[in-house]
Amino acid sequence: MSPNAAVPSADGRLGPAFRDVGGTSFVDFLSAHAPHLLPGVGPEGASVPPVPAPHGTTIVALAFADGVIVAGDRRATMGTVIARRDMEKVFAPDEFCAVGIAGSAGVAIEVVKLLQVELEHYEKVEGTLLSLEGKANRLASMIRGNLGNVFRGLTVLPVFAGFDLTAETGRIFSYDVTGGCFEEHGHHSIGSGSVFARGALKKLWQPRMSPERATSVALEALYDAADDDAATGGPDVSRRIWPSVAVLTSAGVRFLTEAEIEPLVLDLVQARAENPGGAR
Amino acid sequence: MTFGMYVSPEQLMKDRADYARQGIARGRAVIVASYATGIAFVAENPSRSLRKVSEIYDRIGFAAVGKYNEFENLRVAGIRYADLRGFSYDRTDVTARGLAGAYAQTLGTVFTQESKPYEIEITVAQVATDPDQDQIFRLTYDGSVSDEPGFVAMGRDSESLTSSLAQRWRPQMSLAQILSLCVEMLRGASEERKTPALTHDDFEVAVLDRRRPRRTFRRVPTSALDTLLDPAEPLEDLPGPTGD
Repeated sequence: MSPNAAVPSADGRLGPAFRDVGGTSFVDFLSAHAPHLLPGVGPEGASVPPVPAPHGTTIVALAFADGVIVAGDRRATMGTVIARRDMEKVFAPDEFCAVGIAGSAGVAIEVVKLLQVELEHYEKVEGTLLSLEGKANRLASMIRGNLGNVFRGLTVLPVFAGFDLTAETGRIFSYDVTGGCFEEHGHHSIGSGSVFARGALKKLWQPRMSPERATSVALEALYDAADDDAATGGPDVSRRIWPSVAVLTSAGVRFLTEAEIEPLVLDLVQARAENPGGAR
Repeated sequence: MTFGMYVSPEQLMKDRADYARQGIARGRAVIVASYATGIAFVAENPSRSLRKVSEIYDRIGFAAVGKYNEFENLRVAGIRYADLRGFSYDRTDVTARGLAGAYAQTLGTVFTQESKPYEIEITVAQVATDPDQDQIFRLTYDGSVSDEPGFVAMGRDSESLTSSLAQRWRPQMSLAQILSLCVEMLRGASEERKTPALTHDDFEVAVLDRRRPRRTFRRVPTSALDTLLDPAEPLEDLPGPTGD
C-alpha cells in the first residue's frame, strides 16, 4: 500500500492493482489497494470508549402511486447540544435511488459518498445500471463493514429507497447494524424520532396516494417526530430551514426546492396551531 | 552456455514499433472532435456490446483503437484511477492531463519491458465550459503523448482522415454538423476500401456535453443519430435535459 494511495505507483504507472481483470466494485478495489480510505477505519478493539460525535435523527420513506418519497429532518445533535440545524441527511447516490441516514453523521456521509462512487463505478465499467437489489446489497455490505464502529457508538443506519426500473415501482429497504437488509412494504422510518413518525405513517399512509398527498404525509410524520423527540428538528420558521424531501419516479430522483416545501410546511404549522394532534 | 542472437537495441525497438503500428492500422477508425457545446466521439464499430468509447469521469471521456482486451484493460484502470483520485481528493481534482500521464507511463513501460507492445492507441478528452479550454490527448503504443488542438483521428486511415479533418473541421460547429462531418469522413474512408457502405448502425457515437452539470458523458443511440442527421429535417441538438 502506498502512503499516498491516490498516486498509482512510484513511477506514475497504473500498477497491477489498477489493471487486475474482472473487478467491478470500487469498494473491493479500495479494500485491496487503499484500505485506509474506507469509512470507519480507526483504532482496533472494543475497549475504545464511545466517541462523542454528531448524530443525525429522523428519516421517513413511503411508497406512493408513481414511486417513493424519502424525507428527513435537518437536525444533528451531540448529546443534548444541537450540533447542526441545517444538515442534509437525504442523498441521491444515483438517478434512481435515494438514501436517508440516521446515526453518526460523519461516518454516514462517508458511507453515502462511497456508495455513490460504487454505483457510478459499476455503471462505467459494466456499461449498465446495477439492479435495485444490487444497489441495496452493496449498501448492506458497507453497513456490515462499519460493525467495528458500532462498539464505539458510531452506528450508521440508513433507509434505502429507489425506483425499480424492471418492476416499475418504488421500493424501500431497511438495515440493521450487522448489515441485514430487509424490504419494507408501504412505509418505514428510522432514527430517534422514528417511533412517533411511524405512528403517524400508520394512521395517514394509504396505498396509491398522489405525490402531493404523499409529500404532505411525510411532512406530518416528521412534524410528529419533532413534536415528541428532542433530537429531531421541527420546521425552523425563524431561520427558514425546512425538511428535505426526495421524490423518486420513473423520471428519476428530484429534490423538492425550498420554494416548494416552504408553503406546505407553513400550512402544516398553521393547521397544527389550534390542533396539536394534526391531520387525521 | 548458449547466447541468443545479437539484436541491436535500435532494431529491437523498431521491430516492436512496426509490430504495434501494423496491429493499430488494422483497427477500425475513431474520430474525437470538439464542437460548440461539447466533444464528440464517433467510432466505426458495429458491435453494441464491445465499446470503443467510454465514460471515465464527470468531464473525461475515453476512445481507443486496436486490440480490445488491451485497451479494455487500460479503460478499467483509468476508471479506477479517476474514481480513487476523486474519492480521496475531490471530484474537481480528476484531470485528463493526470490520466494521460498515468497512461503514458503504463504504455511506455509495457513497450520497453514486456514481451510484446500493446497494439492500441488511446484518446483521453476533457470537456471544459469553453471550447478553447477543451483538452484532447492522444497516446500511442510507446507511451508518447500529444495534446491535439480540436480533433483526433486514430486507427486505419488515420493519416488521410487527419489531413481532411484539418481542412474541414471548424471550431464552434453544431452537434449535427460535427456528427455529419465525422460520419461522412468515416464513410468516405470505407468506400475507398470498397467495403459495404456504412449505415448509422455501424457507428458508435457519444458526446461530452459541456452544458450538463456533473456527469457530462452521453451516448447517442442510432435513433438519435438518425434524427440528428435527417437530411429533410435535421435536429440541431440532442433531446433531453442539458442543465441550462
